[in-house]
Amino acid sequence: MKVINFMGQRKLALAFSVLLLLVAIGSLATRQLQWGLDFTGGTLVEVNYSETADLGSIRDLLDTGGYAGAIVVSFGTDRDVMIRLPQGHADTEGNALLRLLQDNFDGIVELRRIEFVGPQVGDELREQGGLAMLLALGLVMIYVAFRFQFKFAVGAVSALIHDVIITLGFFSIIGLEFDLTVLAALLAVIGYSLNDTIVVSDRIRENFRKLRKSDPIEIINISLSETLGRTLVTSLTTLLVLASLAIFGGEMINGFAVALLVGVVVGTYSSIYVAANTLVLMGVSKEDLMLPVKEGAEQDELVP
Amino acid sequence: MLNKYPLWKYLLVLSVLVLGLFYAAPNLYAPDPALQITGESSAQVIDERTLARATEALNEAGIEHFGEEIAPNGRNALVRLQEAGKQLVAQARVQRALGDGFIVALNLAPTTPSWLSDFGGQPMKLGLDLSGGVHFKLEVDVEAAIDRRREYYVTAIRRALREERIRGLADTGSDGNVVIRLRSEEDREQARALVSENHPELVLEEDRSGDSWVLTGAMTDQTMSEIANYAVTQNLTTLRNRVNEIGVSEPLVQRQGQNRIVVELPGIQDTAEAKRILGTVANLEFRLVARPDAPDSEKQRFEYRGEDRAGMSEFLERDIIITGERVANAQASFDENGRPNVQISLDGEGGTMMSRVTRDNVKRRMGVLFIERKFRTRYEIQEDGTEKPIQIPYDERKLLTAPVIQSALGGQFQITGLDSPMEASELALMLRAGALAAPISFVEERTVGPSLGAENIRLGVKSVQFGLALVVLFMVLYYRVFGLIAVVALSANLVLLVAFMSMIGATLTLPGIAGIVLTVGMAVDANVLIFSRIREELRDGRSPQMAIHSGYNAALSTILDANITTLIVAVILYAVGTGPIKGFAVTLSVGIVTSMFTAIVGTRALVNLVYGGRKVKTLSIGGSQS
Repeated sequence: MKVINFMGQRKLALAFSVLLLLVAIGSLATRQLQWGLDFTGGTLVEVNYSETADLGSIRDLLDTGGYAGAIVVSFGTDRDVMIRLPQGHADTEGNALLRLLQDNFDGIVELRRIEFVGPQVGDELREQGGLAMLLALGLVMIYVAFRFQFKFAVGAVSALIHDVIITLGFFSIIGLEFDLTVLAALLAVIGYSLNDTIVVSDRIRENFRKLRKSDPIEIINISLSETLGRTLVTSLTTLLVLASLAIFGGEMINGFAVALLVGVVVGTYSSIYVAANTLVLMGVSKEDLMLPVKEGAEQDELVP
Repeated sequence: MLNKYPLWKYLLVLSVLVLGLFYAAPNLYAPDPALQITGESSAQVIDERTLARATEALNEAGIEHFGEEIAPNGRNALVRLQEAGKQLVAQARVQRALGDGFIVALNLAPTTPSWLSDFGGQPMKLGLDLSGGVHFKLEVDVEAAIDRRREYYVTAIRRALREERIRGLADTGSDGNVVIRLRSEEDREQARALVSENHPELVLEEDRSGDSWVLTGAMTDQTMSEIANYAVTQNLTTLRNRVNEIGVSEPLVQRQGQNRIVVELPGIQDTAEAKRILGTVANLEFRLVARPDAPDSEKQRFEYRGEDRAGMSEFLERDIIITGERVANAQASFDENGRPNVQISLDGEGGTMMSRVTRDNVKRRMGVLFIERKFRTRYEIQEDGTEKPIQIPYDERKLLTAPVIQSALGGQFQITGLDSPMEASELALMLRAGALAAPISFVEERTVGPSLGAENIRLGVKSVQFGLALVVLFMVLYYRVFGLIAVVALSANLVLLVAFMSMIGATLTLPGIAGIVLTVGMAVDANVLIFSRIREELRDGRSPQMAIHSGYNAALSTILDANITTLIVAVILYAVGTGPIKGFAVTLSVGIVTSMFTAIVGTRALVNLVYGGRKVKTLSIGGSQS
């Protein structure tokens, strides 16, 4: 097997990661996230017109009908229309709006969904989401520190934070809506990226113990090369199903699929370049991982 | 011998798979659209005649139906329909034919064959985003309930001071405490004794300001959380009762967190109607039971509300002593002999009225009426000849209880002679219905139309199919025979996942389907890990049998670590998340557990069957082998 010198490019990768992070954080700071209804509160009405819907006339109708400030966009097809009202409309307005649309159209206006979220709920959800994220990161760090070693835990968690921030940054830059399902996807990204990082870390630990070489960079390179096949295959299968979900899953699940697609790509990269890089930066060494008992047994091995 | 499972392991894998197939099978039988007919009151029995009227109405409208059945207890009946699209029309027709007194609900009748349902087989429940329906989240205004209690304290203390001729002023302080200002220290002592006797739950503190002696009473956190708890339980019970009127077959009313209540009504589209029913307020009236010789013009007849006294009635006077707004609190408790009773506190005015009336009527009985706003349906012919149902509100008054007045009553009294603590707490709940029920508001509302629900299912299934097909294709091309084995395990994993979800009665939602799709992609990871290990071992020159053996062993701890950490994340998702996130977390965690079984034990069994226990020169696992 050919050993690829992954760590040879580690400075470049570090610069790349830092750049990505800066762009992501910059966009999050200036453009923020396009918070979905779940987090902002407000009213959303999705309807299906029996013929092509004229967004312009719907906007005019809503403006004169007392719904100034309503956002009207087509949703999926040109017959599906989504209308979003800002916060401040009562919880009964959704139905009233639907009736207004139905009364002013000759064909059939079919209700797809109405969602109303009060202001207090939105704030709570945001809080809960952040809490979930922190809790997940904390527990994962403890588990990895316990099963591996503290330096690995730092590596794994830096990779996770890296992935989450870049995925969030992607949503901010593209202006995709961030709703509850995207939050779920983000937590799934944590799960996925972690899975990857653990597999790589596992191999690094194994090789530190098994190989008689002492240069950490070489050992990490060998480990990464050995796991590369698996990393790519798993990412590929996951990307395949996610692509299928993004293409066929419909509008309601689209954000979820996109978040995961981005997260999986970034997560694959980060398990190679962020987690392993952190290990090198923290000066991981054989001593960190030696099992005292096993050492004696491996003494008389010959190394080519 | 390497790579041979003992017989019991093969049998284990086989039996898990068979069980999985068995419990996943109910999901293959699509449910029939149906109407469920129930009586509005529990006394209403559904008989063949009722059913005949319903089916006749359907026949007239040309709606095809079949498989009508009446439940053995006669409480409800089911009519299955051929077309889901005609469900709403059918509901309107049948409701029209049966009239008030019956609730006609939309339903999906399971078609699980009895050989499955006899062993507990049931299909997965569908979430609202898949079945269509309304989801409400209501918030109980707990603060309002606490404020009301505060006002009650102030009026009760004012009255007590007046009655005891203690000169002082009681009011609500800026910090929400009850503040009593008195002229002298002796007065304060007296007031203190009075308040601590009447309201032992208040924490009293003394102070001096200017020329007045001040006594402040504060509610403890415990008292406040009790009030809050009461307010929520109260609303929960009332909502449960009302939801049954709306006409859905499987409604959900559930407390969420401190002060929220979630109501889910599958199949409902008209949220305005649903909200109207959920939002109605109940009230109470206290009236004397009429003397037997009272003329008809002065008395009215009321039926009992409780089921155990169904059909019985009493004549009450027309004069109302007090209404529910005067009830400050009602609480189930026990008297000194340990018998259950209900303690009632009235506000100041209520207490005065009560004592004025009861003084002269000791040994007579007093009836408590429970008033609920209900709706009667009338059908009006429109200009275009169609009928339009019109809801006409009316107040339904039913008798809760009619106890004997043992002595003159004041602001606080009790109802004794109750049969059980259960009866006491139910009665207390009803009595609180008037004043203490804290106002509720809708903080979240989601309506999913039936067409969107159906489309979500279709799209979800489609993406699972395509995702699975792509993964199958890739695995077989890349790992050959081993890929095929992994694919079999993957399919088995899907079956087990569905079976497990059905068995625990989990609800499938759209994010849940996304979780399944993700599981399909990630479940092969364990096999990828194992197979790359085997390839490595082969490259290192091990024999095929050795390579399989050590490949599985070496990959095991990695797989465990990777899956356990993902499981941690999934469990956190479940614990912290709400609604859609929970659905995703459930399928993800179940998927992780089942995939570990199929990918490790399942594929090993297949590999052993194919390669184990014989001489093998090469493994069909793809990649370069040297």
